[in-house]
Amino acid sequence: MSASLKPSSLEEPHLPGETGVWVFILGDMLMFALLFSVFVYYRSEDVPLFSHSQTTLNQTLGAFNTLLMLSSSWFVALAIHSARKNLGNISARFFSLAFLCGLGFVVVKFFEYREKIIAGFTITTNDFYMYYFMLTGIHLVHVVIGMGVLAFLIMTSRNPNLEDSHVNVLESGASFWHMVDILWIVLFALFYLLR
Amino acid sequence: MIEAAKHYISWIWVGLILATGMSWQFGHGFGFGDNYHYAAIAILIITFVKVRYVFLDFMELRTAPLPLRLAFEAWAVIVCTLLIFLYWSGL
Repeated sequence: MSASLKPSSLEEPHLPGETGVWVFILGDMLMFALLFSVFVYYRSEDVPLFSHSQTTLNQTLGAFNTLLMLSSSWFVALAIHSARKNLGNISARFFSLAFLCGLGFVVVKFFEYREKIIAGFTITTNDFYMYYFMLTGIHLVHVVIGMGVLAFLIMTSRNPNLEDSHVNVLESGASFWHMVDILWIVLFALFYLLR
Repeated sequence: MIEAAKHYISWIWVGLILATGMSWQFGHGFGFGDNYHYAAIAILIITFVKVRYVFLDFMELRTAPLPLRLAFEAWAVIVCTLLIFLYWSGL
């Protein structure tokens, strides 16, 4: 075990992961900030259409997916703390649980999209559904990429001798996954809850 | 694993779940009655409080270099304010 593995409680400022990953995350979040704003702007232009369309969404599935994303982020955070204590096996299990939550999210989204398309709601139905499919679709791509990252983190964390460089890799991937969680937290409020 | 889960971030997760439940209730008329626009503002504020806790405790920005933490905190404040303004302008 590397003697300099970062402890869970850090007193000095510590950048989790690579600087480049944080630049990417900030850039992605700025892009989503623009998309969120465009959605709410066009919503304000035609509130009755957006409000009515919103009632056709399956809110239970949206809430369930929120629980899955929050739980996956929690597991990833626990995995990082375990890795810092050189508990590679436990870290890998937490990453695996996060991966399963991600998989659950994708499956739920598949059934949600299927339900909408069968009911006749597609990306061309109206502005609400255009933004719904576009924004949740872009987010879904992030989830799938994130699951690939999590699969890599599961393999990396299984290393019996985790060193600083390994933990740095784990932190980078974990930060990306947390961003995916954050984007869904906002999307859930905008599409499913705002009246 | 249970031992590893006995960490303060598990309480953050509990708080995030409870906050989601509260948003859900507000989104379904609880507490604000017909004043759904006030419920919407409350939902947006709760959402970005949740985002902030994910930033600080899951992404560990609480212990990150200050400029990075400030950049993300600013993102949350600015986006939340902008969305509330845009929402309100449509009423």
